Amino acid sequence: MASSTIVKIMSDKITPSLGLKTLLKISNVLLLPLIGMVVFLALWAAVANNLETSLGKFPGPVAVLEQAVGLVEEHQAQAEKEAAFYERQELRNADRMAKDPSYEPNIRAFTGVPTFFDQIWTSLYTVGVGFFFASLIAVPLGIMCGLSKSAYAAINPLIQLFKPISPLAWLPLVTMVVSAVYVSDDPFFAKSFVTSAVTVALCCLWPTLINTAVGVSSVDSDLLNVSKVLRLNTWVHIQKIILPSSIPMIFTGLRLSLGIGWMVLIAAEMLAQNPGLGKFVWDEFQNGSSQSLARIMVAVLTIGIIGFALDRLMLSLQKSVSWDKSVNLR
Amino acid sequence: MHTSHLELSQVGIDFPTANGPFTALQDVNLKINKGEFISLIGHSGCGKSTVLNIVAGLHQATHGGVLLENQEVTEPGPERAVVFQNHSLLPWLNVYKNVELAVKQSKTVRGKAEIKEWVEHNLDLVHMTHAIDKLPSEISGGMKQRVGIARALSMEPKVLLMDEPFGALDALTRAHLQDSVMEIHAELGNTVIMITHDVDEAVLLSDRIVMMTNGPAATVGEILHIDLPRPRDRIAMADNALYNKYRHQVLQFLYEKQRKVEPVNPRKSVGGTKANAEVSAEINAEVKKQA
Repeated sequence: MASSTIVKIMSDKITPSLGLKTLLKISNVLLLPLIGMVVFLALWAAVANNLETSLGKFPGPVAVLEQAVGLVEEHQAQAEKEAAFYERQELRNADRMAKDPSYEPNIRAFTGVPTFFDQIWTSLYTVGVGFFFASLIAVPLGIMCGLSKSAYAAINPLIQLFKPISPLAWLPLVTMVVSAVYVSDDPFFAKSFVTSAVTVALCCLWPTLINTAVGVSSVDSDLLNVSKVLRLNTWVHIQKIILPSSIPMIFTGLRLSLGIGWMVLIAAEMLAQNPGLGKFVWDEFQNGSSQSLARIMVAVLTIGIIGFALDRLMLSLQKSVSWDKSVNLR
Repeated sequence: MHTSHLELSQVGIDFPTANGPFTALQDVNLKINKGEFISLIGHSGCGKSTVLNIVAGLHQATHGGVLLENQEVTEPGPERAVVFQNHSLLPWLNVYKNVELAVKQSKTVRGKAEIKEWVEHNLDLVHMTHAIDKLPSEISGGMKQRVGIARALSMEPKVLLMDEPFGALDALTRAHLQDSVMEIHAELGNTVIMITHDVDEAVLLSDRIVMMTNGPAATVGEILHIDLPRPRDRIAMADNALYNKYRHQVLQFLYEKQRKVEPVNPRKSVGGTKANAEVSAEINAEVKKQA
């Protein structure tokens, strides 16, 4: 009797709470972010409506959406122009060839103004290259610092000195050095690209380097003893014990680095007038038309979305190389 | 000239602290014959693990030294394989690969087929072939320790060092593993040094029990020869008068001669003693408060 009553009370209590739980879960995943977004848009629209600038009203969500559509259309128009240009060129060359078989066809590249999407691509490519080379240096150097106290003692003052330097302070130096050193008649990369990438790399180094060093130096001492008893050589030791142990910290560093690299790149492009999203923002600002602010706002939001996407990309990379699948990475 | 298989002579170790060097071990002398099973027993903090680590080469003795087959021990190596207290398997490698990592370091086992055979042979010794593809996180604590033992055995060590190998296991699992270790010892005849807190475990497994005094400056207190015939059966031993006498002797040493909660004997005026006496006094006060 008593036990059946208890069961009944329990089941009464459990069923609605289970329903409530799923409901809470849905609201956490969908409803609450949606509410946050709506409140943000409403506030934005309200503030924008009451904000006069010398370039007209500050763009609200609707104006920005219009400009976003406009930028897509511009890109499509440009793409059509480009296709038409190459078609004309091909026709013209075929024509000349038919008249005069010895004619060497002269192929010229399309030289239209880079659109918003071209600029996005340039920026992504630049940050990717800068980040890649920075990581290629920072991870091994970090492992070295983590393994050897002497290496750490030698490198640590330099890390502390260079870490807080703003990328914009590096920029003039990098620009001059690249112009002086990277001399080539037929450069494979544009100088502006190299400058931006080097600046990004200089700022991407530090978080990865520091986090890798910390991760490597905090490997479980029992595992280090295993390695000593087995007399693993340095390479096997790094490969089998150090790297798997410090993967989480290395990735924390890489994610911080990529985030910083992306911020740095936009600033560098604005300052140095190097192609990319930063230049787009600066050009629009200089252009000063009534649509400029809305177009800048599109770029600003795009920068945010791409930064977010890059972090997610690193996260999924981390998930794929992480050995401990039970850890909830976020 | 007859020398022992493994010899610890005048081993002592000082650890640097803020109050000057702290002498953890002093004048530890021990001669161990080939194939002997030795247990080191003593209260926690008495330096048992330090003795083991010195034999393993993970710590360097400040005074004296360790000779294995007349060669001084200066660094860790597979001929002195260690079974760690908390198994210390690499969590990212499965059971097979954990053992394989050790086998690949071996100089006698070569070639893919031979490595595979040797890994499987050692896992078979500890009855773990059924979980060969499992990650350490997927098997129980007892199974992990079995794999740890297989990994140590696969190095074909001259001396097997076990640091409280069953300390983290429940009583039933521990009994199973003790039986396994006795079985393996009977089959392979390795020299074994095992650290333990467990009096029954020490008496059941050992040829000799080395009882250590409390630190600081801990050393060998008494050595007890266990003259029980092998194979030993734990159920038969429960009623064996000799077994119980040995057991009694160890207990007497631990709980009468070397009682832990007493203040440190002021006679031993070594560096760090004062700090230690203060700590002991604090512990005593704490114990009284709780009582």
